[in-house]
Amino acid sequence: MPETTVQPPEIVKRHKALAVSPLKASATLGATLAFLGMDRCLPMLHGSQGCTAFGKIFFIQHFREPMPMQTTALDQVSTIMGSDDAVVAGLATIATKHAPALIGLPTTGLTETQGADIERAVAMFRAKHPEYDHIAVVPVSTPDYSGSLESGFNAALKAMIERLVPKASIAGTRPGRRRRQVNVLAGAHLTVGDLEHIKDLLERFRLRPMLLPDLSDSLDGHLADTDYSALTIGGTRLDELAHLGDAAATLVIGKSLDGAADALAARTGVPDHRFPHLMGLEAMDAFITTLAAISAEPVPERIARQRSQLQDAMLDAHFSLGQARFAVAADGDLLAALTQLLAAMGAETCAAVAPTNAPALKHVAAATVKIGDLEDLEQRARAGGAEVLITNSHGVHTAERLGIPLLRAGFPQFDILGGYQRQWIGYTGTRATLFELANILLGRHKGVIPAYRSSLKQWPAAERNAA
Amino acid sequence: MKQKDIAALLDEPACEHNQKAKSGCAKPKPGATAGGCAFDGAQIALLPIVDVAHIVHGSIACAGSAWDNRGTRSTGPELFKLGMTTDLTEQDVIMGRGEKRLFHGIKQAIETYQPAAVFVYNTCVPALIGDDIGAVCKAAAERWGTPVIPVDAAGFYGTKNLGNRIAGETMVKQVCGGREPDPVPAGVEGDGFTVHNVNLIGEYNIAGELWHVLPLLDELGLRVLCTLSGDARFREVQTMHRADVNMMVCSKAMINVARQLQERYGTPWFEGSFYGVADMSQALRDFARRIDDPALGARTEALIAREEARLRAALAPWRERLAGKRALLYTGGVKSWSIVSALQDLGLTVVATGTKKSTEDDKARIRALMGEDAPMIEDGNPRALLDLYKRHDADVMIAGGRNMYTALKARIPFLDINQEREFGYAGYAGMLELARQLCVTLESPIWAAVRSAPPWALPAGAPDTAQAPAAAPSSARPTAEHEAASHA
Repeated sequence: MPETTVQPPEIVKRHKALAVSPLKASATLGATLAFLGMDRCLPMLHGSQGCTAFGKIFFIQHFREPMPMQTTALDQVSTIMGSDDAVVAGLATIATKHAPALIGLPTTGLTETQGADIERAVAMFRAKHPEYDHIAVVPVSTPDYSGSLESGFNAALKAMIERLVPKASIAGTRPGRRRRQVNVLAGAHLTVGDLEHIKDLLERFRLRPMLLPDLSDSLDGHLADTDYSALTIGGTRLDELAHLGDAAATLVIGKSLDGAADALAARTGVPDHRFPHLMGLEAMDAFITTLAAISAEPVPERIARQRSQLQDAMLDAHFSLGQARFAVAADGDLLAALTQLLAAMGAETCAAVAPTNAPALKHVAAATVKIGDLEDLEQRARAGGAEVLITNSHGVHTAERLGIPLLRAGFPQFDILGGYQRQWIGYTGTRATLFELANILLGRHKGVIPAYRSSLKQWPAAERNAA
Repeated sequence: MKQKDIAALLDEPACEHNQKAKSGCAKPKPGATAGGCAFDGAQIALLPIVDVAHIVHGSIACAGSAWDNRGTRSTGPELFKLGMTTDLTEQDVIMGRGEKRLFHGIKQAIETYQPAAVFVYNTCVPALIGDDIGAVCKAAAERWGTPVIPVDAAGFYGTKNLGNRIAGETMVKQVCGGREPDPVPAGVEGDGFTVHNVNLIGEYNIAGELWHVLPLLDELGLRVLCTLSGDARFREVQTMHRADVNMMVCSKAMINVARQLQERYGTPWFEGSFYGVADMSQALRDFARRIDDPALGARTEALIAREEARLRAALAPWRERLAGKRALLYTGGVKSWSIVSALQDLGLTVVATGTKKSTEDDKARIRALMGEDAPMIEDGNPRALLDLYKRHDADVMIAGGRNMYTALKARIPFLDINQEREFGYAGYAGMLELARQLCVTLESPIWAAVRSAPPWALPAGAPDTAQAPAAAPSSARPTAEHEAASHA
């Protein structure tokens, strides 16, 4: 196997005052995304109404779906005098009007700066409205001045586990009681298409996947029977959380989920298997081997075939990907996955940018990782002679100025359809990604010799002055 | 075409194959033949003439599967990239309408695209049913005042190589001598600098690699009257008879052109290659040697010294990376030695080279480069190539595109050296590209991964780079050996 993480990259901290063309999406949005993967859920962002409005547009454009999102809508009075009442009122309103199973309550920069005690506000709501005790409320502290989408996602997931998954000692769950159930903690870097593929793989091993959260059940872009719902339609059902502790194993995908994974393991005792990502042959070999071990089933022929198809694609693609130069900007897990895949193909990531520091950055296959924005990416891509850019849709203008093509990855992808469901992972997804990258490079006609017009050539009259 | 004309073309006095019992133009053997037909050879030899309308007179298989698939490039017109064919139908064949359709086809091409000339390629079906393409071309040329040249090389006449010769012969007999060269542009000559005229025969400007060489020829004052046929114009072909020297570039295929130009116009010729430092410099010296101009000789030596020094510096890091690597080379004719020289310049060891289409002279050159007992590959079937690769412990296979997937399926590094490739390796500058492309495949990190068996198919404790045991139930693909054998 190629050693893709030989030397950890140097991490270059942010050193300028302005973020220009920011790469970062807030932790608040990451938490919201995690809640959107829960069934019959309505996230209510604790902040000014703009916090929700902007976030709503962000996700609507990416998923092309209506987004159930609410706000505590702080005004001058509640901002100065205290916002607990706004939380209580907001929760009561949602409970009365929509009867959700779960209300997610991520905080924002505004309320964290204000000093809001979100736990106390929820306690006040409980005291005042015992009639809504059956509705779960999960508050989580996710100010936008700390972390990014990826870390906010982990924070919300961890909060849900700590609040909603009962301790084995109390609930009497026992690892392995549900022999075929496997919990999957799926990181924010996974698309709906990725999640569907994970479920498909597990089912091929006759395992029952229990994804937490399950965006592939709520934001997969399907037409439901109901014409309108203020809540999420689909996602992980809350009653399943009580039985996570009975699963045979937990699969954790994404280095950013360590916090949530630790919490789940501590509460349930279910053994977990952690994967930084699922792109490339090496990562998938480890994943499939694990599934075979958990299920005690032989690896299906189909999967062995897909593996050898990926090997063949690697051979076909290595001519164009070899020594090609990429510039990549994304949150930590995605950045590590993409750069490792490129390195395994002999390509070089000459510019790697992440919005914030993250555990996964140590595993990025590049000489340095810059904590920064798309301006940093542009400068580094230009200096490094990048041939292809990989980042979110905001990279369009960067790519234009650099005069190189863009492959969209990460959040948000607002100028194309279907970015949310593109499958990147697995033997099959990796193969498709390699083809796409190789085709982009082939279209660049790299190494083409520029036409030379000899002054001595006997040019036809019509061509004589063409030069 | 008459049988005796074909026999005359096959009996090429300038070709060394004629002096050996075994002929390079042996009859194809049914059931064991690779390579194209005479039509294929004629078309690829002339298609790079960029301002000509190339019409294939025949049913669809001839043009339909052959147009627009070569890497030759143009400084201007792209007319040659349009596939034009009479696309004969059953009714055309039965009712004898082929000639009429061709006549109208020529009219359409001239009226739509105003080509400098029209070339009409004969194919098997019209040759069999007796279409007189010569008469049609003559009538069309008179009617529309544009040269219309019949190229009578139907597929069943013989091999691709014969087609190359038919094409060359057609140019010499019907086009060369059609006009006198343009005057040398004003202000170029003077002060001891004289421009001399040369032709490059058999240079196809694949991937634009001629453009690595042309600036040097310009600098030396060598005007290329015509390349036959890369980036050529029809009006250039017309002036080929006025060259001082002809160079046969890397190919025996159109050796009859050089010989006939010598017989008719007394033009001396030599055979050379632009691949590799040594051969590139040799080619420039060969021009100077045959032209009586001491100033040119001095310019040539100065230019060679400068370019070689520049390249030596640029290649140094690449040579370091490639040092000690072993290459198995399988390609045709002249390239069997010219590429050897280029690879040796890069510090590689060539463990064996293909000689299927090589002449005795080519083989002598191989021995000079690789030693007396240089392994030569006569039969390049995929199985044999892979066995040789293993036996000689090679690191990379270098061959034409059709062998690419033989190599890749066997999971071994590969470099494409033939017509369809997208990179130009000619000239001093081409050496850098050759080095770069070799490193791309040799240094790729994929090899361990693509050779690895699925971890779940391994017996416990086995290293993960081992081949999948043939009997393993979940081994989805045959091992490299089985795969390749089934292609052989």
